[in-house]
Amino acid sequence: MNELIWIVPLLPLLGFVFIGALRNYLPHWLVSLVGCGTVLAAFIASVALFSNVYSARMVGGTGEITQELFTWISVSDFQVSFRFLVDPLSAIMLLIVTGIGFLIHLYSTSYMHKDPGFAKFFSYLNLFIFFMLLLVLGSNYLVMFIGWEGVGLCSYLLIGFWYKNTNYAKAAKKAFVMNRIGDLGFLIALFFMIAHFGTLEFAGVLGQAKLMVSGDSTLLIITLLLFVAATGKSAQIPLFTWLPDAMAGPTPVSALIHAATMVTAGIYMIARSNIMFTLSPITMQVIAIIGVATAVVAAFIALTQNDIKKVLAYSTVSQLGYMFLGLGVGAFTGAFFHVLTHAFFKALLFLGAGSVIHAMSDEQDMRKMGGLRKALPVTFATMLIGTIAIAGIPPFAGFFSKDEILAYAFVENPLFWVLGLAGALMTAFYMFRLLFMTFSGSFRGTESQKSHLHESPWPMTAALIVLAMLSVIGGALNVPEALHGHHWLANFLSPVFADSTALSVPFSLDHTTEYLLMAVSTVAAIAMAAIAYRRYVKSTPRAEKAEQDRGLLYKLSYHKLYVDETYELLITKPLNGLASTFKKADVKLVDGLVNGVGKVFLSAGNGIRHLQTGHVSFYIFMMVLGVAGIMLYGFIAQLIER
Amino acid sequence: MDNMVSQLQGIPLQHYLIFCSTIFAIGVIGVLTRRNVIIIMMSIELMLNAVNLLLAAFSAHHADPAGQVFVFFIMALAAAEVAVGLAIVIMVYRNTKSLDIDSLTKLRF
Repeated sequence: MNELIWIVPLLPLLGFVFIGALRNYLPHWLVSLVGCGTVLAAFIASVALFSNVYSARMVGGTGEITQELFTWISVSDFQVSFRFLVDPLSAIMLLIVTGIGFLIHLYSTSYMHKDPGFAKFFSYLNLFIFFMLLLVLGSNYLVMFIGWEGVGLCSYLLIGFWYKNTNYAKAAKKAFVMNRIGDLGFLIALFFMIAHFGTLEFAGVLGQAKLMVSGDSTLLIITLLLFVAATGKSAQIPLFTWLPDAMAGPTPVSALIHAATMVTAGIYMIARSNIMFTLSPITMQVIAIIGVATAVVAAFIALTQNDIKKVLAYSTVSQLGYMFLGLGVGAFTGAFFHVLTHAFFKALLFLGAGSVIHAMSDEQDMRKMGGLRKALPVTFATMLIGTIAIAGIPPFAGFFSKDEILAYAFVENPLFWVLGLAGALMTAFYMFRLLFMTFSGSFRGTESQKSHLHESPWPMTAALIVLAMLSVIGGALNVPEALHGHHWLANFLSPVFADSTALSVPFSLDHTTEYLLMAVSTVAAIAMAAIAYRRYVKSTPRAEKAEQDRGLLYKLSYHKLYVDETYELLITKPLNGLASTFKKADVKLVDGLVNGVGKVFLSAGNGIRHLQTGHVSFYIFMMVLGVAGIMLYGFIAQLIER
Repeated sequence: MDNMVSQLQGIPLQHYLIFCSTIFAIGVIGVLTRRNVIIIMMSIELMLNAVNLLLAAFSAHHADPAGQVFVFFIMALAAAEVAVGLAIVIMVYRNTKSLDIDSLTKLRF
């Protein structure tokens, strides 16, 4: 199997080519079969790879498998090869991408069933899986960058999947442009690496970087640029506004790309380059601050959103903020652990929301839902599990990963912990608000919607159930010692983070404090759930009133802190003004100059043309005059010569 | 022949120059002022002959036959040119029923 790493990304690529080329001729069942089948096959191959890495780790090896396909760029002593690398980090990412990818493919066969672009959708999804696998598998920054750009492209294609709606197309464009800003940072970082290290291979770059002193300015620049790239892809302040708009795409896309895989690429990339970041304390501080700020701000906005997918989108931004907080305080395993558990429960929540939207005939406003518990029992049960998991209530998955990050944050700076806890409380509140508004109380939609309510077909519920089970048990992967666990994930990943671990102060927190921190966050989360219950279930009339109670904070949250408006005012308008000034200059000045020269010669020709009289005697006269002139010239020239 | 060449050499070159220039100027004035095509062609012949005579004179004075060879060439060319020119003149006359050169101004502008 180790020689066949290339087959993992190749399968979805073949699926894309096959479905894409024959999209107008293939029947639905064949599209579903090929679309899901290639990803399932890739998943099985990934499992085989993972088990190889795992058994290598069990006997104490690093578990790294590399495979070189060909030399890609070779310029004097600078070489870039097209090489794949499977190590503990990418092995787990492989499982997430192909595993959750498969579940979402399965779900989509049912969700997109009536869409005229069914085959197109599956070809895009397969293409996305291909690029995501390249991103994960690349053994150098350039292959990673291809994947990085490719997933951005697929994200754009899928957000604007219903391109006939102008707003959706705009959302796609916004996501694309904002990602480009970040990608520029990635590209410049690549050039810095080439200039400084002379290679782009992870082994070469990181091997040289670990010999440098902490706080080296080159590393600082590279890490800051890489972080800029991560803020774009992973929707952090200040580039986060595209992700909520990305909800214009079909719901499976939101689950796969904008919650479980692509948006965590930034975290994967930083975790991959961890030694460079460990050696740049300033960057680490920046990441932690941006991360915690994003976590809190996005959670605050999520409190009052009424679109079910928008709540989840802001929740994703907020959770990504937690992951960056984890990276910033050096909890690389914790951050990656959260990537893993978040992939489970956020994919679950999005798919659950998709199931609700499906039942409600494309209604996304939670104010028009309510009381769906009886009509959608499976969706309700799985959504409940997802909500408990994300709210951080033990023993579900979210609790362990979030608490690990918060514990590290507490050691680094108690202020981070306080802010992180505040974000976690808001998370618990808005998630239970979503759950209660959707599933409890009485139905608030139209009659036709009510008669249409139904549980989703089996491919959708099956995906929900598998993800729900993962959300329940996912936390067991990395149970902390304080709870008599063995840090399985941390041990498995330790070779990836070995250099950073060797450099940083070992994590130490006595068990009493750790218990206390856990207790505080658990109790607080349950309390927030209770408040949401009282507000949205116990007193349904008050729920309506609460929505109308528009204090200043409520307004700020409801209008998303006016971030989009601020960008519009500060960036878009001045740029548009500048562009129109340049356009005027181009039309009036440059075009005027060029056309002016042409006009001068045109009118000169117009004037001279009148010399063409047709009178032969006149021509001869001019000729004689010319001959006389030349002779005169020769005569004068001779005189002067003498 | 020697006698004839020496006789020619006896006439000073200035005389030839003045005579030929006069004939050439008459030709130029004829071309410039007359509007009848035939007369213009005749004036051109005058100019050509002025030059021919001058070439012959120089040739004799320098005792170099090259000038006379040129004269033969010019006469041959003039004959060919007149043949073409007369053909054109006949065509012009057929079209315009006139030999006035200024009647042909259709191709202007």
